[in-house]
Amino acid sequence: MNPAEPASPRPPIAIDPAALSRGRGRFLLRAGIALLVLVALFGLNLLVKGISPYYQRILILAGISVTMAVSLNLINGYTGQFSIGHAGFMAIGAYTSAAISYYCGNLNKPGNDGIMLFLTSGGLQLPEGVAAVIFFAGVAYVGGVAASLAGLLVGIPTLRLKGDYLAIATLGFGEIIRVVILNLQFLGGARGLTDIPGTGAAHSVFENPFIWVAATALLTIVVSRNIVESTRGRAFLAVRDDEVAAESCGISTTRYKVTAFVVSAFFAGVAGALAAHYDSYLSPENFNFLKSIEIIVMVVLGGMGSLTGVTLAAVILTVLPESLRAFSQYRMVIYSALLIVLMLTRPQGLMGHRALKPRKPRSARVAA
Amino acid sequence: MAEFLQQIINGVAWGSIYALIALGYTMVYGVLRLINFAHGDIYMIGAMVGYYSTRALGWSKDPNPFHFVVILLVSMIACALLGFLIERGAYRPLRARSKLTALITAIGVSLLLENGGQLIFGADPKFFPTLIVNRPIINTPTLVITNVQVIILVTAVLLMVALQLFVYRTRTGRAMRAVAFSHDASRLMGIDLDSVISVTFMVGSMLAAAGGVLVSLSNPKIDPLMGLLPGLKAFVAAVLGGIGNIPGAMLGGLILGVAETMVSGYLSSTYRDAIAFILLVVILLFRPAGLLGKAVPEKV
Repeated sequence: MNPAEPASPRPPIAIDPAALSRGRGRFLLRAGIALLVLVALFGLNLLVKGISPYYQRILILAGISVTMAVSLNLINGYTGQFSIGHAGFMAIGAYTSAAISYYCGNLNKPGNDGIMLFLTSGGLQLPEGVAAVIFFAGVAYVGGVAASLAGLLVGIPTLRLKGDYLAIATLGFGEIIRVVILNLQFLGGARGLTDIPGTGAAHSVFENPFIWVAATALLTIVVSRNIVESTRGRAFLAVRDDEVAAESCGISTTRYKVTAFVVSAFFAGVAGALAAHYDSYLSPENFNFLKSIEIIVMVVLGGMGSLTGVTLAAVILTVLPESLRAFSQYRMVIYSALLIVLMLTRPQGLMGHRALKPRKPRSARVAA
Repeated sequence: MAEFLQQIINGVAWGSIYALIALGYTMVYGVLRLINFAHGDIYMIGAMVGYYSTRALGWSKDPNPFHFVVILLVSMIACALLGFLIERGAYRPLRARSKLTALITAIGVSLLLENGGQLIFGADPKFFPTLIVNRPIINTPTLVITNVQVIILVTAVLLMVALQLFVYRTRTGRAMRAVAFSHDASRLMGIDLDSVISVTFMVGSMLAAAGGVLVSLSNPKIDPLMGLLPGLKAFVAAVLGGIGNIPGAMLGGLILGVAETMVSGYLSSTYRDAIAFILLVVILLFRPAGLLGKAVPEKV
């Protein structure tokens, strides 16, 4: 703070030059970290390629589960809205991206390769590897956007609902989405959609979905955390804690609830796109109520609102069923019993007691 | 015209089944403000108990209305017990906790019943033995009404009338209504909250079990997951009529049954399952308190 300046009332967020230069430095630091993370991801990818496909599969599935669970945590944990139709958003992301891939990006099927052709031999003359990466990133993004549109559609009518009603309404939406997809023949209907292209050109580093999955999971975690720990983001927690009080403090609960749905649905959609392109096969039955429940169990087990808890629970609940494959027929029974016992004994989950506490706002830290 | 009538009859038959299940939802919600997700699975257990008891009593090849009544009663009593156990074990300890906890537990119980059922009964569908031979009563080329449909309708109506009498003309019924109004005031009036809630669960489960046996008369294929969708739809029916409202549940069930059959018959049978949820979204958007419900303003 400049001692020569008069002691006039300052805006809470400092705009003086000193802070700006700190801001620039901070930006460079963050760009550097992002670059390092990217390099680390590539390195991790190389490592992962070395292990057996079975373990690779577990890692990839874990990554997808983490994305789903963390995105659901934004609605259930941070905003306190109980949504049990999350699989519906995943389905929309999955099917949108898969449909585009299948009908416009399949180089192996002449007639179904419009966009890819344009990228490679037609307009842009890009090498196939680069084209595939751009294509998949674009497709995943579009899937996410489609899902977030659905999130908007779901979020707006459910605004006025509380607790149980909201749960049932989201469940209803999830089921509507599933039934509609089931009836659309060009999406495969009940048979499902097969031969979806992969996530990158053959033999390229991006062919293995792991790098995409890891990047998405990381992105989801970072965005989720940043949203909630930001100055405005504390409103999410306020809505969770007491909606009436929040409204009286001037927080538009409408806006924050819908935002939670939209952002959360985006990541669920991207996760769906990843799952679709990894398995190369989609069926509406993969996105039914049971799938939503699986994700809810992850969030509840981890502790609603605790980012570390939810991530941990997502990984545990992906790895554990695999390692206990011998008991796979008991899996759902164990899940349900686990849910009941958890609610009876420790409803805050694994790390609920360390649920997010808001940090000091930026302005307080800058002025210090 | 006759086809329209036929659809209405089918719709009303289905609607009465939904109404029976919806009554359980609405009663439990009225008393506990809890959506008992496991209720649809009690309907399934009712059908399963009916199946196994018919075989145990050696009546599989012996259709007889008397057998039907006995099996119905056996099923109802068994499920009343199950409802009591569920309430005691899973919901009572959570009465003081947040509603969210109870909701998640309800989902857990539902899943437990479904998947446990798959383990115990086997996931493959079973065929409920014929207890009443399906014979048409009215048999014209355009309109067929079978005796089974009439029996389903009559039984459902009898049960609903019995419920009305129970809730509005007996002391326990009055206690139930009091508890639905206010837990604390009821306790102050000397009503034993725990037993009233238990009775509510038991009565609701009995109705669901009856629904399960009745539906097995006309749709004999039963499997452990048969309760999932009807349970959700019955919940929609309860919300449609106004959750917590007993005549509302009956009305909602009828409307849902008829709507489903109409859409399935005249539009497309593949969208049949979506109708319930579309109705749900519509009613929650325009009249969240339900058709017969009263909008309760939120007190701060």
